[in-house]
Amino acid sequence: MNWEIVIGLEIHAQLATKSKIFSGASTAFGALPNTQASAVDIALPGTLPVLNKAAVDMAIKFGLAIDAEITRRSVFARKHYFYPDLPKGYQISQYELPVIGKGQVEIEVDGDTKTIGVTRAHLEEDAGKSLHEDFAGMTGIDLNRAGTPLLEIVSEPDMRSVAEAIAYAKKIHELVQYLEICDGNMQEGSFRVDANVSIRRPGEPLGTRTELKNINSFKFLEKALQYEIERHMDILESGGSIVQETRLYDSVKDETRSMREKEEANDYRYFPDPDLLPLVITDEMIAEVAETLPELPDAKRKRFMEQYGLPSYDAGVLTGSRALADYYEEVVATVGGESKLCANWVMVELLGALNKENLLLSESPITAAMLGELLARIVDNTISGKIAKEVFEAMWAGEGRADEIIEAKGLKQITDTGAIEAIIDEVIANNPAQVEQYRSGKDKLFGFFVGQVMKATQGKANPKQVNELLRKKLDG
Amino acid sequence: MALTIEEVNKIAALAAIRVEEDEKGEYAERLNNVLDLFAQMAAVDTTGVEPMAHPLELTQRLREDEVTEHDQHKKFQGIAPKVEAGLYLVPQVIE
Repeated sequence: MNWEIVIGLEIHAQLATKSKIFSGASTAFGALPNTQASAVDIALPGTLPVLNKAAVDMAIKFGLAIDAEITRRSVFARKHYFYPDLPKGYQISQYELPVIGKGQVEIEVDGDTKTIGVTRAHLEEDAGKSLHEDFAGMTGIDLNRAGTPLLEIVSEPDMRSVAEAIAYAKKIHELVQYLEICDGNMQEGSFRVDANVSIRRPGEPLGTRTELKNINSFKFLEKALQYEIERHMDILESGGSIVQETRLYDSVKDETRSMREKEEANDYRYFPDPDLLPLVITDEMIAEVAETLPELPDAKRKRFMEQYGLPSYDAGVLTGSRALADYYEEVVATVGGESKLCANWVMVELLGALNKENLLLSESPITAAMLGELLARIVDNTISGKIAKEVFEAMWAGEGRADEIIEAKGLKQITDTGAIEAIIDEVIANNPAQVEQYRSGKDKLFGFFVGQVMKATQGKANPKQVNELLRKKLDG
Repeated sequence: MALTIEEVNKIAALAAIRVEEDEKGEYAERLNNVLDLFAQMAAVDTTGVEPMAHPLELTQRLREDEVTEHDQHKKFQGIAPKVEAGLYLVPQVIE
């Protein structure tokens, strides 16, 4: 009998505000320890939190993007636990009345579309960092991260496979970056995924779940889920039962292990935070944010397929990030059409070159306008596609713009029929044996003549004209 | 509603405070008095009364997203028991 897999994800997205959620300290990553921890962040007595408007706007933006209910009157609550990187002894979060209610996103797995419910999204503050290794018998505490705004996005247990869970996580990851509310950097912990996993026989009630933490890449999310599902199956099939617990994923050993927490540690004693008043969101606030909402990934993908006639795969790659989509559109605009040619060059040459040197799009030595100018020269027959690759490499190396390089290197395509004919005559005269073989039926030799002509013109002869003229001269 | 000694132990553990054996009876009694007050409030008929998250008829004021705090860690760390390399040091936490 089969097992049905049930997965729900909790995603913590660090919001891309300049200052913290409840204080005016900077949120910049990588500062010296505790230099961005203000009196509020380190919980000095007498300090009070004041809510950051940008964090609220970003939450609204996310809510609008997933077509969610936006709670008009939400409440901040204290979640209590003791840990030295949480100096207040409680985290300010939201419990009964989160700012964002039910919404949904669509995912695509193996060509099938599925809707995944988002239960809620709430605002809260991040904790500081504990450094356990370097101090004999002591733990070092850096509170720079304490108070960084987080949006915790909780999904319904709607995912039925590891592939669906990955697709959902990637979807949210793409979305928060499109919305420019989170930088999505998983290595730096800006986007963190916890997974709730259980398995059951189809039709039966939900099985006991375990929660997986400490996952900082999509690859590890996949491995952690696979490991954990196997573990559940092994236990249940040998007659055992699952213990509800939190487990850490160890990427070095590729396994999950129990955090061995005391059971009562999960009693967080939530209550409304008396330091913060209810958060009221007005129609005006929502309308203001709605105006800043960009075209969302799904809509953009659809438009790329319709407007540019691109296949679904190309549209998916090119809308993978807002920056890449903008780049592509600028290339097409510069060329003035030829959308498929532009798509191929962006996806193959540009992304290939970026990957090879491990560069971000924003670091590309070739701007969209530069690439567009180059492709325009293919379109107007100034150069061939093959020569264009040479020009691309020269532009990449910083030798100038396309027209400058074509001029300086004398790469302009030879389209003068007379000039091409002269070269063809020369090639025919120099290769009498091959001409005879060709004329006696060895058709394959045609390619040899094309090669010879291209060689004699250093690849600059217009390939179409070479073909036509050669055929005429050889066959005629 | 009467708290047991076991529940007093749990509350003390959650609050991370040590309660001596001979104090537990008194704690149970005092906590029970507080709970009696809650019971008294819970007994009031609140039909038609809107739940209240805060006693003030005000809503949260929002702050513009600007960095207004400057680095004062030296001053803050002057009152910390132990500091090294810019970090606050605390007794080791075992994960």
